[in-house]
Amino acid sequence: MENKESRFKPFINGLINENPTFVLMLGMCPTLAVTTSAINGLGMGLTTTVVLTLSNIIISALRKVIPSKVRIPAFIVIIASFVTVVGQFLEAYLPALNSALGMFIPLIVVNCIILGRAEAFASKNGIFASALDGLGMGLGFSMALTLIGCVREILGSFSIFGISFKAPLEAAGLSPVAIFVMAPGAFFVLAAIIAVMSVIRDKQLAAGKKTKIKDVRCDKDCASCGDSGCVHRFYDDKDIED
Amino acid sequence: MSENITKNQTTPALPSVSPTPHVRDKSSTGKIMGCVLLGLLPATALGVYNFGPRALVIVISCMALCAFFEWGFEKICKKKNTIGDLSAVLTGLLLALNLPVNVPWYIPLIGSFFAIVVVKQLFGGLGQNFMNPALGARCFLVLSFSRYMTDFSYKSGWGSADVISSATPLADVKNGLGFNLTSMFLGNEAGTIGETSALAILIGGIFLLCMGVITWHLSFMYLLSLIVFVAVFGGRGFDVEYLAAHLFGGGLMLGAFFMATDYVTRPITKRGQIIYGIFLGILTGIFRIFGPGAEGVSYAIIIGNLIVPLIEKITVPRHFGYRKAAKE
Repeated sequence: MENKESRFKPFINGLINENPTFVLMLGMCPTLAVTTSAINGLGMGLTTTVVLTLSNIIISALRKVIPSKVRIPAFIVIIASFVTVVGQFLEAYLPALNSALGMFIPLIVVNCIILGRAEAFASKNGIFASALDGLGMGLGFSMALTLIGCVREILGSFSIFGISFKAPLEAAGLSPVAIFVMAPGAFFVLAAIIAVMSVIRDKQLAAGKKTKIKDVRCDKDCASCGDSGCVHRFYDDKDIED
Repeated sequence: MSENITKNQTTPALPSVSPTPHVRDKSSTGKIMGCVLLGLLPATALGVYNFGPRALVIVISCMALCAFFEWGFEKICKKKNTIGDLSAVLTGLLLALNLPVNVPWYIPLIGSFFAIVVVKQLFGGLGQNFMNPALGARCFLVLSFSRYMTDFSYKSGWGSADVISSATPLADVKNGLGFNLTSMFLGNEAGTIGETSALAILIGGIFLLCMGVITWHLSFMYLLSLIVFVAVFGGRGFDVEYLAAHLFGGGLMLGAFFMATDYVTRPITKRGQIIYGIFLGILTGIFRIFGPGAEGVSYAIIIGNLIVPLIEKITVPRHFGYRKAAKE
């Protein structure tokens, strides 16, 4: 039992605890750019998942062959091959999604989640663990993008997964908040979701379900501190606990 | 000294000792905000007279909603209640004055929420917001509900049934149509609730100048640099009527006297304020002359807000007795 749990740990890890979008904050460019609708977010997420899993497997298999000095170019060649294959597949079978995602399909090559997992995980672990890690991270990314896409689509164009419920709401005199399908909306939604996740994590910490993350706040007095860019500057009126 | 006081009020737990010399001053955030509210009274009254009872409903609901969101957020976050300093009420009034009279009911609601919760409280409350909350909310609304936010038709005055549907005078100026300077100055024109009358805003602005709440540097340099910019690039040369239309039209007066001078989001030093005013004037001129829309004051001011920290950096006052290092 113990052994089995630890085997699937990389998979679970990517989904929630180290979710690439909400916790690791990787791959922000496609996250902010393509999530104007739930379908686009899901499409981008799944495409990335396929590339990530396949490249993790191959990189893990070749980890003892690739000299460490040229590992980054080698990773990129492998990733770029898969992106090209997947891109042509999408062009042939899902042309609508392909044109909606546009430039961001070839840009998966430089997606930092994929390069990051290759460097941090696949080049150090076995094939099975790497595949699970790629799948977990990819699905975590898909989940995050779909969630952001859903919120933006509901608020910004009164529809969900392309199914519009605009007519009854417009009849009631409401109109969609168009800013949510524009660029600033992506930032608002991402920030709000991360804030909610932080609240949940804090609650879990308080209940003792998780170990505490290291506190980064200094113990100096903000009023006499020269660091005007400090994020904790005058942050809250409460006394700093413990 | 008022900037120091404003800042320290939000952080009562920290020692509030500034470097010497210490100046004792009776002003407080509440008094300053109260003065600005009084200064806006003529513009509000004229807006209500011009646009009818619906304008009054919008003004009151925006002020009440802003105060409610401030109270609610601080309650939820267990922060000190700061409704008493009137800053939220002022934000509500400024937001209402920036709305056209025909907006649907949920626009004041969303606008107040965005102004108070997102722009102000999430960044730490009064003194910490990097952008003027009312203008931030206005730009959010213009981007989100452009159809309602640019609909300037209105029923003239109390009880009148005539619906006047027209472009703002500034749009007429931009499109080369005729305009009536007198009515632009007095304010029986299309526009947002508070921006139409240059006269009412000027009365309020002069009141603030006399009370010492604002100084002339920022507002004057803003207006002057816009006039110079329009004279140079407007294509009509030094045409007094055209320049006056740019001065009295749109939200310029409201922006120059009440929005750009917001204590939190303007530079602290006089030198900084002069630079800031010139920057705003040029930016507004660019938006008005070369931009697709007729108006550019609100975008100019929120972009200006973002560069204020940079202006502060280059206008730090020298310490007494400090000399610049001699060049080699």
